[in-house]
Amino acid sequence: MALVSTLLFAVVAYLVVTRSPGWPRVQTTFFSPQVALDSLPEIARGLLLNLRVLVVGGVLVLVVGLLVAIARTLRGPAFAPLRLLATGYVDLFRGMPLIIVLYLVGFGFPALGLQGVPTSPFVLGTAAIVLVYAAYVAEVFRAGIESVHPSQRAAARSLGLTHRQSMRIVVLPQALRTVTPALLNDFVALQKDVGLISVLGAIDAVRSAQILVGRSFNFTPYVVAGLLFVLLAVPTARIADAVSARARRRQQSGHLL
Amino acid sequence: MSAPVLDVRGVVKAFGSNVVLRGVDVAVAEHQVVALIGGSGSGKSTLLRCASLLETVDDGQVLLDGEDVTDPRVDADAVRRRLGVVFQAYNLFPHLSVLENVTLAPTVVHGRSRAEARDEATALLERVGLADKAGEYPDRLSGGQQQRVAIVRALAVRPRVLLLDEITSALDPELVGEVLRVVREVAEQGMTILMATHEMGFAKQVADTIAFLDAGVVLESGPPAQVLADPQEARTRQFLARVIDAGRL
Repeated sequence: MALVSTLLFAVVAYLVVTRSPGWPRVQTTFFSPQVALDSLPEIARGLLLNLRVLVVGGVLVLVVGLLVAIARTLRGPAFAPLRLLATGYVDLFRGMPLIIVLYLVGFGFPALGLQGVPTSPFVLGTAAIVLVYAAYVAEVFRAGIESVHPSQRAAARSLGLTHRQSMRIVVLPQALRTVTPALLNDFVALQKDVGLISVLGAIDAVRSAQILVGRSFNFTPYVVAGLLFVLLAVPTARIADAVSARARRRQQSGHLL
Repeated sequence: MSAPVLDVRGVVKAFGSNVVLRGVDVAVAEHQVVALIGGSGSGKSTLLRCASLLETVDDGQVLLDGEDVTDPRVDADAVRRRLGVVFQAYNLFPHLSVLENVTLAPTVVHGRSRAEARDEATALLERVGLADKAGEYPDRLSGGQQQRVAIVRALAVRPRVLLLDEITSALDPELVGEVLRVVREVAEQGMTILMATHEMGFAKQVADTIAFLDAGVVLESGPPAQVLADPQEARTRQFLARVIDAGRL
């Protein structure tokens, strides 16, 4: 039944689109097989840069996000400045559009003309993406840390574990398990947002496509680049689904402590 | 009699405007079992949390082997290492196996070798009849089994005193017995114990002293025979009458 209705819908959509008056023109400018084939190697090369940003940025996002989350959960007056700083950081970079941060970091830092400040769009683009994503991920981590019941911390402390040991051995492992689905979801978002470093002039998949479009007056390279990003995202999305499903089963079966 | 192992003196504790403890005195001598009884909200749990330094006291002192551990200059983590605490809701670590739950503090906090900690944990689990569950995760165990593991986890640090906070209150009635049997055994082997409990029958059998807590003070205390059979205070009589009504004594 599901298969039939899906097929039916696909057929109707196909007929509507292909019978539209502008279809022949759209077909040649967006879906030209020849242009697609010709542009693929260059765009794929660009995608390697996106992948590098993704890997380096992804790791940094996790590290920075976790540190910020821990800073936000510290208690006691001694940590007030650190807490405030972390909160201010999260508010600022969660609110600001990624593209603005990319412009500010990517063009602002080199403009300072300071010795030793990197000017490569790869480094600056990655830095901007990390700034924004770490703010999001910090909130995910914080929610996870706070979802661990206070009685777990009490049990850990009653055994003589220090605050740091309780956090590392008891709280964080449980928090991580809770937030893994949310983190994977953010990773899917990161996978396509790495394409935004093209605004800094880095020759990534998007920028390569742009150049090819400019050269051929044909939009097919954009479609190729877009599809490559989709191909990148699909496996992660399936993994995220599987992990969420497993987490749901865990919660339903085991009684909560 | 020698100085008490645990000596709670005039402890006051308030949460905001809610004063829970209004100057509580309780002493537990070595190898003695003291049972705290009283209605819910009388301050039993808060007293145990203060004694285990999970809460800071507003006034008064807690002495452990004569040392004032409520002094802010004292390293609270070091004090907690000498205590064993068992909670009402077990509070086992769900991401660690039974064996890991038990060996965590001995290895991480007390610096014992893995092998030594494992051998000791296995022997303790054997004693409570759970040696075959060492590799299981807590959510695969019944409440009674979990609470027995929690007792073993507290014993594994070789505590000076064991603090039990209504450890059978969350259990199904048919599982209460197996947990109390373990506590009785531990008490008979000479462990110093301070416990809050609703199990009057058990307190009567095991405790050397029963302290009745009411509205944040110890209203009366003494041997079980005296406090339970011949209470001096009207509030104690009232409380016990209600307990007997409910068929719990």
